[in-house]
Amino acid sequence: MSGNLLKVQPIRNGTVIDHIEAGRGRKILDILELGNSGTTISLLINVQSKKQKRKDIIKVEDRELDENEIEKLALLSPSARVNIIRNYAVADKKIVDIPEFISDVVQCPNENCICNNERGATSNFSLVDNKSIQIQCTYCGRKIDEENINFL
Amino acid sequence: MKHIVSIEDLDKKSIMGILKRAKELLPVAKGNKKSKTLDGKILATCFFEPSTRTRLSFESAMQRLGGSCIGFADPSATSHLKGETLSDAIRMVAGYSDAVVLRHPREGSAKLASEVSDVPIINGGDGAGQHPTQTLLDLFTIKEEVGKLEGLKVGMLGDLRYGRTVHSLSQALDRFKTRFFFISPESLSMPEHVTDELENKWSTHETLNKILGKLDVLYVTRIQKERFPDIEDYKKVAGAYKIDAELLRNAKSKLKILHPLPRVSEISTDVDDTKHAAYFRQAFNGVPVRMALLEKLIRGNK
Ligand SMILES: [Zn+2]
Repeated sequence: MSGNLLKVQPIRNGTVIDHIEAGRGRKILDILELGNSGTTISLLINVQSKKQKRKDIIKVEDRELDENEIEKLALLSPSARVNIIRNYAVADKKIVDIPEFISDVVQCPNENCICNNERGATSNFSLVDNKSIQIQCTYCGRKIDEENINFL
Repeated sequence: MKHIVSIEDLDKKSIMGILKRAKELLPVAKGNKKSKTLDGKILATCFFEPSTRTRLSFESAMQRLGGSCIGFADPSATSHLKGETLSDAIRMVAGYSDAVVLRHPREGSAKLASEVSDVPIINGGDGAGQHPTQTLLDLFTIKEEVGKLEGLKVGMLGDLRYGRTVHSLSQALDRFKTRFFFISPESLSMPEHVTDELENKWSTHETLNKILGKLDVLYVTRIQKERFPDIEDYKKVAGAYKIDAELLRNAKSKLKILHPLPRVSEISTDVDDTKHAAYFRQAFNGVPVRMALLEKLIRGNK
């Protein structure tokens, strides 16, 4: 892992998202809106890795991902690993696990669901299947598969 | 147990307990015996869309047990509730009562209400979602009419796609080794999200004739005009799935027919006087079943 990290400049402060499923890096940039943060972002695509055949890596300078963003990341690429970097060193490793309950991250596709119609209501989903990634709305019971997930 | 949002909130043992208590309460429900088990307790009936049948049977159940009711039947009559969130309305009403029955046009409303309420929430139907007390009274009716719930052959006929009553009833009956027969036009067939979850054997049929003789129970639902863009198609389907006394000559003598009511034309009135007709008793059964549930929720587990 360290060999690959050295291919691009190490960052002083920020976040390195490693072991992203190859091809998902671009989507993660979009959905987490990392490009809008005004800081330098590096995206490495199809990096050779031992663990997986190919992987993507994202480096975000001067910004640490919050829990909410890590939940989104988990749904987008469960294999990802998040390293928080402070002063060139890994200060914190966050394990990206799809949480049992996903709050305020995913939009319920049911227009008539109360969570889409009540001021101040937050969307809540529970994980039904963590292999194929299927989640279910806590309120209306609608199930969504990975490819149909819409992020808030 | 605190709230009844979905029939899934009740395990088999709790369901059997409620049905047993409902049977004991039959004379009270009929007004032949007095009860004061909920004396001094208040039930709030909050109906954000009208459903006279459900509301009246809850109010009757509460009053038969010595309790009283507050609430509203239609939100247009209570304009000050407009603009207020459901959560705020529920917090207020929960402060005035010992339990709340909620009927609401949006799916998931009862679940949301249960998150903010200090008193038990009973889902009286939320949009196309759950209506667990209907399911309980259906189970009670089957048990009373047939004598048991275990191992029955149950046919469901009509609009199985959009009819939430048959979805919840299938889920609930699946715990009782039921063999299911789903009879409907293809466009109104039982959705996969229901059949995928069934552990027991099921089959689909476009007509009733061949399997009618096997059934212990036939649950008939209304086919709604609105589901058909062409009125002629509707008439054809409605005609093809109509039950009458003549047709029932091929049925088991003990077959019982249920229907959540109100019916339009799916069961001919000449069935009413046959020994198969259970739907009027089924409608009445809403009272003792809701009595048993209210007792359980308001007084807690004895
Ligand atoms: Zn929903």
